[in-house]
Amino acid sequence: MNKEFVKFDKVDKSYDGKTLVVKDLQLDIEEGEFVTMLGPSGSGKTTCLMMLAGFETPTHGEIYLDGRAISSIPPHKRGIGMVFQNYALFPHMTVYENLAFPLRVRKIPKDEADKKIDKALSMVSLQGFADRMPGQLSGGQQQRVAVARSLVFDPQLVLMDEPLGALDKNLRESMQYEIKHIHESIGVTVVYVTHDQSEALTMSNRIAVFNDGKVQQLSSPDELYEKPVNSFVAEFIGENNTFAGEVSDISGGKCKVKVANTEILANPISVKGKGEKTKISLRPERALINPSDKMDNIHSGKIEEVIYHGDHTRVRINLLGNNEFILKIPNSSANMDIKLGKDIKIGWNSEDARALDPK
Amino acid sequence: MSSETKQILTTDGIPLEVSLKKAERRNKIKAFLLVAPLLLFLIITYVFPIGDMLLRSVDDKMVTEMLPKTFKAMEEWDGKELPEEEVFEAFYLDFRKLVDEKREGKLSTQLNYTKNGFKSIIKKLRRKSKNFEEGNYKEQIMAVHKRWADVEYWKAIKRRAPAITGQKYLKGMDMYKNESGEIVSVEEDRRIHRILWLRTLEIAFFVTLFCFLMAYPIAHLLATLPMKYSNLLMICVLLPFWTSLLVRTASWMILLQQQGVVNDFFVGIGLVADDARPEMMYNKTGTYVAMTQILLPFMVLPLYSVMKTISPSLMRAGKSLGGTPIVAFWKVYFPLTIPGIGAGCLLCFILAIGYYITPALVGGASGTLISNQIAFHMKSTLDWSFASAMGLMLLSGVLVIYWLYNKIVGIDNIKLG
Repeated sequence: MNKEFVKFDKVDKSYDGKTLVVKDLQLDIEEGEFVTMLGPSGSGKTTCLMMLAGFETPTHGEIYLDGRAISSIPPHKRGIGMVFQNYALFPHMTVYENLAFPLRVRKIPKDEADKKIDKALSMVSLQGFADRMPGQLSGGQQQRVAVARSLVFDPQLVLMDEPLGALDKNLRESMQYEIKHIHESIGVTVVYVTHDQSEALTMSNRIAVFNDGKVQQLSSPDELYEKPVNSFVAEFIGENNTFAGEVSDISGGKCKVKVANTEILANPISVKGKGEKTKISLRPERALINPSDKMDNIHSGKIEEVIYHGDHTRVRINLLGNNEFILKIPNSSANMDIKLGKDIKIGWNSEDARALDPK
Repeated sequence: MSSETKQILTTDGIPLEVSLKKAERRNKIKAFLLVAPLLLFLIITYVFPIGDMLLRSVDDKMVTEMLPKTFKAMEEWDGKELPEEEVFEAFYLDFRKLVDEKREGKLSTQLNYTKNGFKSIIKKLRRKSKNFEEGNYKEQIMAVHKRWADVEYWKAIKRRAPAITGQKYLKGMDMYKNESGEIVSVEEDRRIHRILWLRTLEIAFFVTLFCFLMAYPIAHLLATLPMKYSNLLMICVLLPFWTSLLVRTASWMILLQQQGVVNDFFVGIGLVADDARPEMMYNKTGTYVAMTQILLPFMVLPLYSVMKTISPSLMRAGKSLGGTPIVAFWKVYFPLTIPGIGAGCLLCFILAIGYYITPALVGGASGTLISNQIAFHMKSTLDWSFASAMGLMLLSGVLVIYWLYNKIVGIDNIKLG
């Protein structure tokens, strides 16, 4: 497997000559990998995708596809499949003609093309829809056609630009699994752009979190969630409780952070020495009520709000001056004594409290 | 099924359908009142004039009313030999009445339209008929002029008996009904209307084509440029729209005349000699240039409104799937603009086919259209019925084009905005 199947090498992109939308991007994508570019809008992720597809040119730097520099290759010669945000199905062509388009321009004989189209349609479970017009299909079906069309000419690389953004929640979730399964079964390299973190976490092998034109972190979904390397990633991915404070001591892989007259033991990730300002990030499910004595952080706070969520209850607690501290408590009979206004004890391991940049 | 379904009643026992109608009635009345002014406006400004035009174009009551007795007596006449004495007597009585009312001149004009040679013999008849004796009018009238003894002239009178006629329409096609009632074309050197019809179609077709060729890139640019530039360009497209048609045509006259700006420029760069300045006005060229410029916005706007709705990602999709820019344009973009092309072409063609002021000013003799001929008959010859007939022929031509368009492209495929 080619470790550098797609390679962004020091890519800059500016639209107006004043601000950089993409800054010094360095990104390698392995062959057969499903990589998601995740970030808020305006973070440069779509621009990166467009540069890869050939609809934008890098202001500086070079992009390599399978070892070839592609900046000077026009989009139609790159052989990259693409799924667009609003599907971009050709509305005046039937599903069959839509799928036949990439094959026809490649002058593939009709019987061979028909086989490929059948295969692609069955891949997205749309056999029998070949003669429909896109307007006669539901949003989910159109999306499947768009996916099938991007794969029908056997590209090595498929780009997907927020393809599920227009679908409703249930459909989006089932399409996520479907796209993931298609990726697993044919082993094509996929670069996927989304601003929906749960989508990214569900589907990807690796996720590149974009912010401010830079990749903040590139790692697997679990690592991204469990071990964010900076405050932006910690807050962007999943729910997060934070404490702002100052490092008062650092030793033996742990640090003490002064927060609201007390000290929290934390895992020093991006702090190096005493006196540095920091932000501690703690996932809600890592803090427990009724903590065991083994936990090295035990504090008490007052319950401000209780929100029932069916399978779990969310409890907002005023803890160490943070009025927005969230706890997720599974709904079991043991936890029925959670009442508004009560003081409770909360504990967590210092390893889960990551001391990151203060931002 | 429906006969088996029981009538559904509301809770007070009224059938649901009745109840629904009652509830909807107020809304229906309101809706009608809202459209009533428009309906009234359309009836007054469109239905009435068109109806009046239709009547006028086939109206031939004048002669019928002037010679009531004659036509009654002629009902028996077989039209082969000279008519009997009753016809001559009836004609004499009708004619005397006209002379008393001083209307015999109109009769002579009308009859002369049907057959040349009536003018002089009616004048003569008026003089002589003062001294006619009672009885045997046939002999006396025939003695006035030998043409009165010619059966062809009596046949010509009889042809004017019906109160309605299609002869104006025939005339519009350079045809007429000859003595034996056959429809034939006029001599070749007198076929002016056919030439005009063909020229009108030709000019309308080419103006539409030129408009399309020029408007397509403009509309595409308008639809794809960033807002601040496209607004400026839009104003450039619309500015001529806000300028008086006459002013625009007049400025073309300044530009195109032989001592005009364009010719001066050609001479200046040495493209043409000073003594061989090309004529660009008072001919077809002038009509083409000015009409294309004037009708351009009617092509740009429908095209723009359609192109605006075409997502740029479609072209991108076409390219990313391997189509060259040309293939992507031709297979993806172009077919999607067809509703706009249809609307723009139909609009331009229909407007061009009835264009009047511009060809009148810059068209000269070889660049005028059928509308100019209609206007000529409205204003100069005062043959309103002929003008109406040609107007209706133009209208039906437009309707035929509309029908053809609907057959070929489908009117649902049109998009005006």
